[in-house]
Amino acid sequence: MSSVWVAVLVVGAATIALKAAGPVLAGERRLPLGSARVVDLLAPALLAALVATQAFSTDEALVLDERGAGLIAGGIAILLKAPLLVVVVVAAATAALLRLVT
Amino acid sequence: MRALILHTASSVLRLVPDPKTGERATRRRPEEGLSGGYRLGLRAVTPLLPAVLAFGVSFGVLAQAAGMGASASIVMSLTTFAGSAQFAVVSVLGAGGTAAAAIGAAVLLNARYAPMALAAAPVFRGGKLRRLLEAQLLVDESWALARREGGFDRRVLIGAGAGLYVGWSGGTAIGVVAGDSLADPATLGLDAAFPALFLALLAPLLKNRDALAAALLGAGIAICLTPITPAGIPVIAATAACLVGLRRPAAAQAPSYDERPPAAPGSDAEGRASAAPEGARG
Repeated sequence: MSSVWVAVLVVGAATIALKAAGPVLAGERRLPLGSARVVDLLAPALLAALVATQAFSTDEALVLDERGAGLIAGGIAILLKAPLLVVVVVAAATAALLRLVT
Repeated sequence: MRALILHTASSVLRLVPDPKTGERATRRRPEEGLSGGYRLGLRAVTPLLPAVLAFGVSFGVLAQAAGMGASASIVMSLTTFAGSAQFAVVSVLGAGGTAAAAIGAAVLLNARYAPMALAAAPVFRGGKLRRLLEAQLLVDESWALARREGGFDRRVLIGAGAGLYVGWSGGTAIGVVAGDSLADPATLGLDAAFPALFLALLAPLLKNRDALAAALLGAGIAICLTPITPAGIPVIAATAACLVGLRRPAAAQAPSYDERPPAAPGSDAEGRASAAPEGARG
């Protein structure tokens, strides 16, 4: 088997297992109060990390580019209580315009 | 890294009690038959679909250029269904790297799904196979859109995940067939859409000090680790920031800053919607 197919099948199987492990093994058991509190904080921690890495990193380097400007524009739209679609479009348009002129 | 995941996972699992009889009965609600929730999820994810489709196309184009072949590219989008890991595989293999290096990079990037899926685990339904399949629709965007105070909305997760799945896989197929005659998504600024989306989903969560602390700590960990660790590790390590919730157990009774009625004694400030039936959320 070619190394492409090895990589595709192993990564696919590993990802399926990573996503399914919790839901299959934990079943429908409810999380108790203490850990539910921790799980509640998983969302802000993870979302903030995704914002940081997706806006300011390329591979393994920190970079400041048009995505950062798009994020700021999107942030202003969020502060103005714009709907999600507007936030996303404002961020993308800002980055696209900056790339066009630079 | 593994220790971190295990630590996060075990801190969640440690306290899990056996399900009590009757709990399951309250989880299954008559609304299950309604499709409204799924449609809600699909509608919530619609603003993102152009960007997801465009990135699916660019994955197909890049995978073709790297010599992955049409069927392997499409199979990868159908099974792995995770953009960053797939791009990592293409870039490693395209640069002449080994399958092992590509697998290592991709698994690290996707390792975050273990704690994310564990957090959402209680909402999945049915037998093991059905739970396994439904859990595949969990990706960053569907997870974040389906999050509700204290839990997740299963139908939003599935509706949004299904939309993303079709967009991503369909985009890949288009990219494989059309080749690089299509525009680079970066030209359209679409790569800036995702951090803005996650910021928009993060903002409403920052209404108490613990959430703010977790977010700042998570972003700080991710930024600090980015230059010194392989891609994927910064985000996984950042999930450890949720452990600030263990800092003061007594804070459970502290008032939250939203307009909810005071929490019942013994529950915490967020009202613990994970204990509530699915239909009662959001």
